[in-house]
Amino acid sequence: MEKKEQKKRSKTEIILITVGVLFIVCMLVLPLISVVTNSLKEGIQFYFQSLASEYVVSALGVTLLATVIVVVVNTFFGIMAAWLLTKFSFRGKHILATLIDIPFSISPVIAGLAFLMTFGRLGWAGKYIEKINEALGTDIKIVFAIPGVILATIFVTFPFVSREIIPVLNAQGKEEEEAATLMGASGFRIFRKITLPHMKWALLYGIILCTARALGEFGAVNALSKTRGETFTLPLEIDALYLSGSADSITAAFAVSSLLVIIAVLVLVLRNFVEYKSKKKGKA
Amino acid sequence: MKGLRRQKQAKTCRVIPGFGLSMGVTVTMLSLLVLIPLASVLIYSMKLSPEEFFQLIGRKEVRSAFSTSIMCSFIAAVVNCVFGVILAWILVRYEFPGKRLLDGLIELPFALPTAVAGITLSKMYADTGFPGKYLAKLGIQVSYTKIGLTIALIFVGIPFVVRAIQPILEKLDPSYEEAGNMLGASKARIFRKIILPELRPALLTGFGLAFARGVGEYGSVIYISGNSARKHTQVVSYVIMQKLNYVDYAAATAIALVMLILSFLILFLVNMVQVHQAKRTA
Repeated sequence: MEKKEQKKRSKTEIILITVGVLFIVCMLVLPLISVVTNSLKEGIQFYFQSLASEYVVSALGVTLLATVIVVVVNTFFGIMAAWLLTKFSFRGKHILATLIDIPFSISPVIAGLAFLMTFGRLGWAGKYIEKINEALGTDIKIVFAIPGVILATIFVTFPFVSREIIPVLNAQGKEEEEAATLMGASGFRIFRKITLPHMKWALLYGIILCTARALGEFGAVNALSKTRGETFTLPLEIDALYLSGSADSITAAFAVSSLLVIIAVLVLVLRNFVEYKSKKKGKA
Repeated sequence: MKGLRRQKQAKTCRVIPGFGLSMGVTVTMLSLLVLIPLASVLIYSMKLSPEEFFQLIGRKEVRSAFSTSIMCSFIAAVVNCVFGVILAWILVRYEFPGKRLLDGLIELPFALPTAVAGITLSKMYADTGFPGKYLAKLGIQVSYTKIGLTIALIFVGIPFVVRAIQPILEKLDPSYEEAGNMLGASKARIFRKIILPELRPALLTGFGLAFARGVGEYGSVIYISGNSARKHTQVVSYVIMQKLNYVDYAAATAIALVMLILSFLILFLVNMVQVHQAKRTA
């Protein structure tokens, strides 16, 4: 390695690199290793046993269902919002863009509270849902049920897709779409043939990020989901296992966590792959 | 003149189809999924009289939670600014083995679920974990104190600062530094006089985002903080959740309202900095 270096490293350079690398190792790498060692504390058999428990399997199902719906909804919204904000100029565009970013700066607990205050017992929409249930004999529940979990997760990850594709579309401009329109292409065709190829990597990255956050959302869902084994997601199950306090259940909490860590690492790898791809495209 | 320009703008921009559709979908979904639920919090908190509101906000545990959240997030954001500049600097300016890996790892806190980060950090810094065991021998307790709380907030905030500074550093022309060097300025002086002024807006943005995230953080801090009222390690989000669990909706919404105002203020300031920056570079 040393031979490759053309010039000698200065003292400052060595110190700065050491400080930076040490910081990342202590703050980010150690926790990753710690999850793995903690999850395997009781052996590999216990690891798989804790993953196969009834509660964990149910939580996995709820999490996957919620994530699929959330990602579909937010991707649709993200594309629509990005199309609106990058292809047209109109009054109040900046305000709209700021409003879309609101969920970023709000505590997830407040997101949960917001749906509780809307659809809960005291919420104004809760009464209408009760009336609908009475009239139709149905039993629709929003809060403390799966729909609430889904709504809260949508809220928290709302701007993820749009935020990734808007800069790319802004940089691309709108001349190509305008030319295509003047030549008579339909809106959907323009989107498919011109816009989509430009933003495909950014869109993929946005979807990946949205998926990761949806799988791992905790605070917002914690306010809206109270039944273990029915409406609990994986992070809530981890919380329940960890707080029950026995050494076994804490190890089980880390075993479930290791699933989410694997997904997080996959997201990082994909992210770098996507970035590499889009950079290569930019150069070509 | 102005009218003419607007007319011209309107003409050129509406060539592309789909304005009505995308506007309709965006506004409807935004309203139904984000704005109306948030408005419900506002409406409910408006039902409280001002005396009730201030009585709920002024309670000792609420005030202490706000000061804990704000103070720890502030310290964490400052620490992140220092290490964020160092990390961005070595990632942009230097070549070393494992650089790409380091660059990829920066975003781990975005990808890792907060609850997982929370239990892991709590376990690591407890007096049975590594490095908590050795810190405990030195008489430093990290888990269940404000130090632990701050460490969790540093973990959560680091990518915001690094990713805010990195692009600015990449664009920064090294020739100014070289000129400073030729004229005999010391390294510290070059950093203070040439690099820092260029980085300041981005640094402020990163600081603001990390700080805002820290003030609202829940999952990654509640395990390591221990949530003790006596030791003042309860954060605002935890107090809101506690009130919700006791079905004390009035208190929960009142606290949430103050927090919403706080985060909007931070968001507003960050936007101001960005607008200012855009004007300067234009």
